[in-house]
Amino acid sequence: MTEPVLVLSGLQKAFGALKVTDGVSLSVAPGELHALIGPNGAGKTTLVHQISGMLRPDTGSIRFRGEDITGLPPEQRAQAGLARTFQITSTIPSLSVLENVALGVQARAAHPLALFRNAARDETLNAPAWAAIEAVGLAERAHVLAGRLSHGEKRALEIAMALTLEPAAILLDEPLAGVGREEGERLIALLQSLKGRYAMLLVEHDMEAVFALADTVSVLVYGRVIASGDPASVRADPAVREAYLGEEG
Amino acid sequence: MSLASTAAAPRRDALAGRRPVVAILLFALLALLPVAVSLGLPSHWLTLVTRAMIFGIAALSLDLILGVGGMVSFGHAAFVGIGAYATGIMITEGQTEALLILPVVLVICALFGAVTGFVSLRTRGVTFIMITLAFGQMVYFLAQALSAYGGDDGLTLYERSTVLGFDLFKNRIGFFYVVLGVLLACYALVSVIVASRFGRVLRAARENATRVSVTGFHVSRIRLVAYVISGMIAGLSGFLLANQTEFVSPAFMSWPRSGELIFMVVLGGVGSLHGAIIGAIAFLVAEDVLSGWTEHWKVIFGPMIVLFVLFTRGGIVGLMRKLGIARHD
Repeated sequence: MTEPVLVLSGLQKAFGALKVTDGVSLSVAPGELHALIGPNGAGKTTLVHQISGMLRPDTGSIRFRGEDITGLPPEQRAQAGLARTFQITSTIPSLSVLENVALGVQARAAHPLALFRNAARDETLNAPAWAAIEAVGLAERAHVLAGRLSHGEKRALEIAMALTLEPAAILLDEPLAGVGREEGERLIALLQSLKGRYAMLLVEHDMEAVFALADTVSVLVYGRVIASGDPASVRADPAVREAYLGEEG
Repeated sequence: MSLASTAAAPRRDALAGRRPVVAILLFALLALLPVAVSLGLPSHWLTLVTRAMIFGIAALSLDLILGVGGMVSFGHAAFVGIGAYATGIMITEGQTEALLILPVVLVICALFGAVTGFVSLRTRGVTFIMITLAFGQMVYFLAQALSAYGGDDGLTLYERSTVLGFDLFKNRIGFFYVVLGVLLACYALVSVIVASRFGRVLRAARENATRVSVTGFHVSRIRLVAYVISGMIAGLSGFLLANQTEFVSPAFMSWPRSGELIFMVVLGGVGSLHGAIIGAIAFLVAEDVLSGWTEHWKVIFGPMIVLFVLFTRGGIVGLMRKLGIARHD
């Protein structure tokens, strides 16, 4: 009944002879948290790059909110409401947390590139930025330069930046990678709090987190989706066990 | 910021409360220079500092793209030269009115910036440096070929510009204050741009262009706008330079001149804006003092600058920060 927000159909991408994305089709419904798991080198990040527009697929299409966005550059996808975070955290180190987040607010504002009005004092940017900062629990660190944040805080900042785009979908590329246990738990709680409000495609290694959070899990191996479904059935799938989860799964 | 304001307005951005102490001090000192001259400072200082301020405008404009935007242009002197040539040619043809010359200078520089920027901003890093250098040299050779306007020898001007018919530029002190006023206006303009939404995106793109583009901004278009603005301001300094020296020559836009502009920015402190102005003044004053000393002054000047930049890290403004005169970022 509800139209999916994001639909990938038959995506293919090869680097030379290496097929990194081999006929991937999947969809994410509004409010759904769709997790994408797979061993190292399965092509997860390459797939996220194609969805966010940083790489162009060789064939196949990406539809977002009913529109074909396969040929659009990243900035137009972001403008359309597709936000992403990066496996290696990607913030602006010399800007404060508040400014980083306000940058996202600005992208959606009426005059995103106004030349003369002071940006730092602009309440129309700062107020929504504060809301996003509070949502991810960084309020006390708002005036700290992004480069001085801990790893987990940077992850949270990236999520706050994504939220300011008023996204219809968020691509999360391994938000828990390299984060300590305590911060990881905080991030999982954060994602839990966002669940249902945004369509999310979560690429993650942390199985505990994936099975706790996901509505749907797809397993990517050598560029192919070998299984897709609710967490319990994917966990029970013999092909998945063999290829990825191992015997302990 | 006072304690009261941090308690009452913790939501303000940290940048909002800054006051540019060093810049205010700098402009106050500059404004007092003619007074010092009337009190006995050798009058050639007036000419020297006027020239330094003109280069300060060019260095400031370069800092907008180099320091703030992260685009190392090695052809920035082309804009200065184009501004100077447009002025020189119009004056030679009998048009001295600044209010007519200036729009021509600004439009030509904007067009040159738009075309060369459009091409060169497709590249980054060393390639960008080389392409801007090539465009600069192109204009340099073009000026050499302009035999109707002096060619290789340059073009001597027998008049300075007038403003609404008045000889505002004739008097040395009057011209000094005109240049100071233009410098101040350019500094204010660039500062406002850097603090604006546009400036924030430009600064952010210097550090992480990918993040800025997935946030929804067209990075190369933003860089192009900054490049054009910067070129126009540099053209303005060319207009003033032609008026001061009453002479224009292809050397104005040769690549060593572009290198000197980069040196001024680095010497003063990259990205701080007032640093570029301080760097230009320090550069020209050091050059003047040393060349008065010995004809082999370059042997001293070169290593001096290298050592200075090496050991201060962040140029003169960086050194001031270390000594606690200017604030940290």
